[in-house]
Amino acid sequence: MDQIIPNSTQQIPRIMVGRDVRISARNVDIYYGEKHAIKSLSVEIPDRAVSAFIGPSGCGKSTFLRAINRMNDTIQGCRMTGDVMLDNKSIYDKDVDVVQLRSHVGMVFQKPNPFPKSIFENVAYGPRIHGLAKNKTDLEEMVVASLKKAGLFEEVKDRLHASGTGLSGGQQQRLCIARAIAVNPEVILMDEPCSALDPIATARIEELIDELRQNYCIIIVTHSMQQAARVSQLTAFFHLGTLVETGDTDEMFTSPKDKRTQDYITGRFG
Amino acid sequence: MPDHIAKAYDSDLTSLKTMLAEMGGIAEEQLTNAIIALSKRDVALADQVIARDEKLDRLEREIEEKAILTIAKRQPMALDLREIMVAIRVSSDIERIGDLAKNTAKRTHAISEALPRRLATGLSRMGAMAQTQLKDVLDAYGLKDDEKAMRVWRVDEDLDALYNSIFRELLTYMMEDPRNISLCTHLLFGAKNLERIGDHTTNIAENIHYLVHGKTISEGRPKKDVTAMMNADIK
Repeated sequence: MDQIIPNSTQQIPRIMVGRDVRISARNVDIYYGEKHAIKSLSVEIPDRAVSAFIGPSGCGKSTFLRAINRMNDTIQGCRMTGDVMLDNKSIYDKDVDVVQLRSHVGMVFQKPNPFPKSIFENVAYGPRIHGLAKNKTDLEEMVVASLKKAGLFEEVKDRLHASGTGLSGGQQQRLCIARAIAVNPEVILMDEPCSALDPIATARIEELIDELRQNYCIIIVTHSMQQAARVSQLTAFFHLGTLVETGDTDEMFTSPKDKRTQDYITGRFG
Repeated sequence: MPDHIAKAYDSDLTSLKTMLAEMGGIAEEQLTNAIIALSKRDVALADQVIARDEKLDRLEREIEEKAILTIAKRQPMALDLREIMVAIRVSSDIERIGDLAKNTAKRTHAISEALPRRLATGLSRMGAMAQTQLKDVLDAYGLKDDEKAMRVWRVDEDLDALYNSIFRELLTYMMEDPRNISLCTHLLFGAKNLERIGDHTTNIAENIHYLVHGKTISEGRPKKDVTAMMNADIK
């Protein structure tokens, strides 16, 4: 009767319960030349949820993020062992078309990088090269729908043919998100999407991420602990190339299990 | 636990702890003096207790302000966040303990005659138990000692049990001679105050558990205070 419930040990995060695993990595090691950047990493990422990767600079979180749409392929001297599966199929199989893969796994970067083209063309580019639109009307509908999903349409509907680079930083970032979702991806990777934005633009993007998670599997790398706590349901903490701890976000930020996680998120990392 | 990279953050947290330790120390003294004042009918000591309660109220306000400011400035996470939340809650429990000690001391003025020996013994036993619980739980808080806190949490049952028996006894006295009613009513409130102080120590114990483990206690606390359901037909 007087027993206290013991501290729960490593268990499956609640967010994974009853939810599909969209991405799973198995024993991934990544090297940049001699440097061992990711050490034997295995993780499962749930669908229709936001997963945040946090950790100090150089801990490997962006490296691992790039492994999820094979962006590391283009980096010289980078090699990888292990496997990353998207919907139970390896993305490193020989028969995988990398261009196709990247339409399934979109990416949004730290600095907004719209093409030096019109707002319309920025979004239309993906569907066009992937041959997703049957005709011009179809393409227009896709562009509008994507801009709407990215919460940008109302602000740009009167100037769709103005240059994308003329938008504000926050608008440019939402344009990049619209561009990413125009090709109907299943996964959206975001590498510090708000670090170049002011607090209001950041709040808009966070609001957008929260809406997008109803339909997409989202992974966000962020240096802002508060942002990870606000937008994600699953948090993974990286340190020195190792995945230290993965857990439900609300628990990670109130009672993390690993001392390294605790020290990092409370600002004690020495 | 290593220091924060921002040293000022450490000093914010340290000053919270210092204020709480000061509050705890004052509350212990207040309780001790209130019990002495009541049992010895020492009106001067009682007045001292009453006057000093204001200091506890002020400290509670200061802790709350400091805690809120720290949350706003540092956006604490994990253990730090729990420390600050628990500091707010514990300071409010200690403030309530101070109020109850003050209320007990106040009753000294109303008691004009020496207490019957058996009652005096019972009350001082309750007082001693409440003091021990308070001291132990404050020590446990200072040391983040969950085991010690849980011992306080469990032992409060005994204080409840003693309160029950004092309650019965006081009823008996009142039924025997209505002239006892005034004295006994004051003593009853005094005993109830001590029982409530015990409850506040268990709140603090639960907060210590949360502070240490990041989980709240899911089971109910063993309770033996049944006086709420007692009628006057007991003999």
